[in-house]
Amino acid sequence: MEKIKLTIDGLEIEAEAGTSVLDAALANDIYIPHLCHHPDLKPVGACRLCGVDVNGRMEMSCLLPVREGLDVKTNSPEVGATRQVAIELLLADHPQGCLSCGASLQCELLHIADHIGVDGERIERLRRPSEPLPIDNSNPFFSFDPNKCVLCGICVRTCEDIVGLGVLDFVNRGSRTVIGTFGNEPFIDSICESCGECVVRCPVGSLAPKRWQRPSHEVQSTCVYCGVGCGIYLGVKGDQVVSVRADRERPSNQGSLCVKGRYGYNFINHKDRLTTPLIKKEGQFVEATWDEALDLVAEKFADYKGSEFAALASAKCTNEDNYLIQKFTRAVMQTNTVDHCARL
Amino acid sequence: MVQLTDFQDLQRQAMADWESLHQDGRPIIMVGTATCGRSAGSLEVLDALRAATEKQEIDCHIFEVGCTGACYAEPLVYIIKPDQPAIVYGDVTPQLAPRLIQSYLIKDNPLPRYSIGTFGNGRIEGIPDLFSTPVFEPQARRALNRCGFIDPTSLEHYLANDGYTGVTKAFAIGPEQVIEEVKNAGLRGRGGAGFPTWRKWRFCRDAPSDQKYLICNADEGDPGAFMNRSLLEGDPHAVLEGMIIAGYALGASIGYIYCRAEYPLALERLRGAIKQAKEHGLLGDNILDSGFDFHIKIKEGAGAFVCGEETALIASIEGKRGMPTPRPPFPAVSGLWGKPTIINNVESLADVGLILQNGSDWFAEYGTEKSKGTKTIALVGKVKNTGLVEVPLGITLRELVFDIGGGAPDGKAFKAVQTGGPSGGCIPESLLDTPVDYDSLNAAGTIMGSGGVVVMDERTCMVDFARYFLDFAEKESCGKCVPCRLGTKQLLGILEDICAGNGRPGDIEMLEELGRGIKAGSLCGLGQTAPNPVLTTIRYFRDEYEAHIHEKRCPAGACKSLISYYINNDLCVGCTLCAQNCSTSAITGEFKGPHYIDQDICTQCGVCYTVCPKKANAVEIISPSLRL
Ligand SMILES: Cc1cc2nc3c(=O)[nH]c(=O)nc-3n(C[C@H](O)[C@H](O)[C@H](O)COP(=O)(O)O)c2cc1C
Ligand code: SF4
Ligand code: SF4
Repeated sequence: MEKIKLTIDGLEIEAEAGTSVLDAALANDIYIPHLCHHPDLKPVGACRLCGVDVNGRMEMSCLLPVREGLDVKTNSPEVGATRQVAIELLLADHPQGCLSCGASLQCELLHIADHIGVDGERIERLRRPSEPLPIDNSNPFFSFDPNKCVLCGICVRTCEDIVGLGVLDFVNRGSRTVIGTFGNEPFIDSICESCGECVVRCPVGSLAPKRWQRPSHEVQSTCVYCGVGCGIYLGVKGDQVVSVRADRERPSNQGSLCVKGRYGYNFINHKDRLTTPLIKKEGQFVEATWDEALDLVAEKFADYKGSEFAALASAKCTNEDNYLIQKFTRAVMQTNTVDHCARL
Repeated sequence: MVQLTDFQDLQRQAMADWESLHQDGRPIIMVGTATCGRSAGSLEVLDALRAATEKQEIDCHIFEVGCTGACYAEPLVYIIKPDQPAIVYGDVTPQLAPRLIQSYLIKDNPLPRYSIGTFGNGRIEGIPDLFSTPVFEPQARRALNRCGFIDPTSLEHYLANDGYTGVTKAFAIGPEQVIEEVKNAGLRGRGGAGFPTWRKWRFCRDAPSDQKYLICNADEGDPGAFMNRSLLEGDPHAVLEGMIIAGYALGASIGYIYCRAEYPLALERLRGAIKQAKEHGLLGDNILDSGFDFHIKIKEGAGAFVCGEETALIASIEGKRGMPTPRPPFPAVSGLWGKPTIINNVESLADVGLILQNGSDWFAEYGTEKSKGTKTIALVGKVKNTGLVEVPLGITLRELVFDIGGGAPDGKAFKAVQTGGPSGGCIPESLLDTPVDYDSLNAAGTIMGSGGVVVMDERTCMVDFARYFLDFAEKESCGKCVPCRLGTKQLLGILEDICAGNGRPGDIEMLEELGRGIKAGSLCGLGQTAPNPVLTTIRYFRDEYEAHIHEKRCPAGACKSLISYYINNDLCVGCTLCAQNCSTSAITGEFKGPHYIDQDICTQCGVCYTVCPKKANAVEIISPSLRL
């Protein structure tokens, strides 16, 4: 890749051709405030916070490709003043319940306000929003609070460009613009599949998981729901799993998860969960060891051959396991009658 | 396929028909039935005229025409007797229509008092020559030259009046020469920004691509603007001709007309004109044997102001939500479906047709050094003669407002004029000698915009006026970017507070600071210009803002929360009219006795002020309010 040299705030940095000034700055530990930018998504230049000064002209750094010899100032008086207006407008429009908002510790808005520095008195001089909008709690896994939404459009682009569903779009015009589903119906009545990709990318607490605790540490693992083998980090607190996060480095999922992998983890600590095989003895299920159980299965299978036997494989098994099942069915049980639940 | 020779035959036939229309000895009756005429009742007038001529067994031509611009006098009827000039009758009612027939056509009495003027050869006793009247004299009607004088549903009428000779000229000189001609004419975009048309075309022509598009921007979203609508309704072929020429110059084989669905008559006229043009080989493949293919599609917009912005308009045609996207890439390089695309305003395209028909020198006869040609203007608000006018660029605002517009009505004093609609600014009396051209208006803090001009008189409150435009911008912002979406909301909130008497010290400075931030930070032209009405009214009328905030006083007496109506009993004649008309029964008083308004009941509707007889003029507007 061609390397480009440019200067940001007097520091000379190197970046790959084709990257944006914002990405180049961030990669070099130079922070430029930004709200609508997400590394997984194409830039849109909507929040107007990442403006930088290039020869006296303001350019949005998320949209500005690096150029050889570019001299960028991230905080000239002009871009500073424009950014100040934008952040003040956002804060004046935002609910003030940060203490009770689950997102405050990762909230980009707070982070930016902290970085820029805001004067509470100035915000007081602005007009506050009047009637709050109703919160959409219809989805079992996450809620949507339009009052906290900064309309960065990250959820819209995530659903369209990453998930490929296009559930969300902007609804209404002007200051009444909100994020909504088709016809602005509750999430549960839309074609939303509850994968939560939008939720994890929401920079504020607008799209937020309903059940969430901060784990004390994380354990790298693989999702057990299907053969894709998505990489996950299980968040652990004591002997309980309290969160799931996708592994961005795992090639099979590259940071994505489905509704089951992301939200369906409460079976792990569930009291009804089976932790050993059970064998029915005299009408009652009795706990057994794996050796006992497998011996019993082998013994019973020996009574059947060919068309007396059929196998149905599970999507929860790995590809390798499924391969073995069809091999076993054909070679050992001598029948081609083998199928898979994902076909049903 | 239609050959060039077929077209020439058609042209000859059209001219012969036009000639015989005026020479066959039958009178011609034309009725202005553009939207402005229709809303004044011109279709009923048309029916009445038809019925009257049938009844009187008068053999005549009757047809509908577009708008001549004298909207203040609609419905307009034009009667042309053989060898006589056309007489233009204004404010015609279905009752007056048969009288005109009876009196002028049968008895030869032209009823001068119902006429606003004549045009054509000859004069008629007692009626002024229309184009020498103060309203028309300073005008230069070029883009509108056929509007109101031909039947917009007739291709033949258009052909008989130079129609489509611009296309044949373009095909004769080739696309490069067409661009050169438009460059020499000095045409700048009539849709708002005034960008040189040829330069845009150059980018697009030079962009390599298998497909290019031309889009005609007929969104016309500015409140109070109707120049493009009138042109489309009155002379639709002029726009098609400009599009064919532009498409040819760009190498674009597909053109779109993006027209708001609220313009049903314009859409009907366009559809009809496209059908005729197709039938006669002026649209389609290999137009007039030139080897150039051009097809026009109509896309109806849902009436969002922001969809007039180029990138939002493109998104809308693509079936997406009409939201602007950052530039670059510019549409001329990557526009509709990612292909090089040029968007031109309706009037720009009509001008292109004129330039090719008459030559660039002819076009540049009018105008200033940097702003050539003429501009159509919708003159509205507090002026006597509201309507559609076309003036040479460089005419002063004073000529526009006072000579053409006739100044403020009802003896009120002129106060300010807003150009450029919600994106423009307000200009006070002291700057009335500013020429109407792109650069001079910019220097005065406003813009030409698409040609909407709103006049205000002494009763217009400048804070309330800014509030009106901010209310529009706040509702029409697409919601995408922070400065525009939330900034216009703040500006509006503060202005509403000031008008309601809740302004706080520091609000003016806040408005200015926010305004600057919104202009600098917004993504598209809507946000970048939305604060202009606030910033210019503060610049020129700061004292009005201060009076509202510090004294709770509205100097224009317009902001309801800050005024009281009061009856001056030295003047009251005791006619009781006010008490009879007050909807809240706030007024007490005896016949021939003094009258009083109970300020706690009064809702400041102002009916008493309106009904109080002129000779008494006893109701006064007082500010600050007596209630405070
Ligand atoms: C918010 C907004 C609304 C606009 N509305 C219109 C419109 O209604 N008609 C129009 O011709 N141009 C409109 N424009 C300007 C167009 O984006 C564009 O500049 C113009 O159509 C180009 O044509 P021209 O070069 O022939 O003027 C608007 C621009 C903005 C920012
Ligand atoms: S819900 Fe979150 S991600 Fe979606 S637009 Fe609002 S703030 Fe952005
Ligand atoms: S300036 Fe306003 S209309 Fe334009 S993109 Fe931003 S929010 Fe939308």
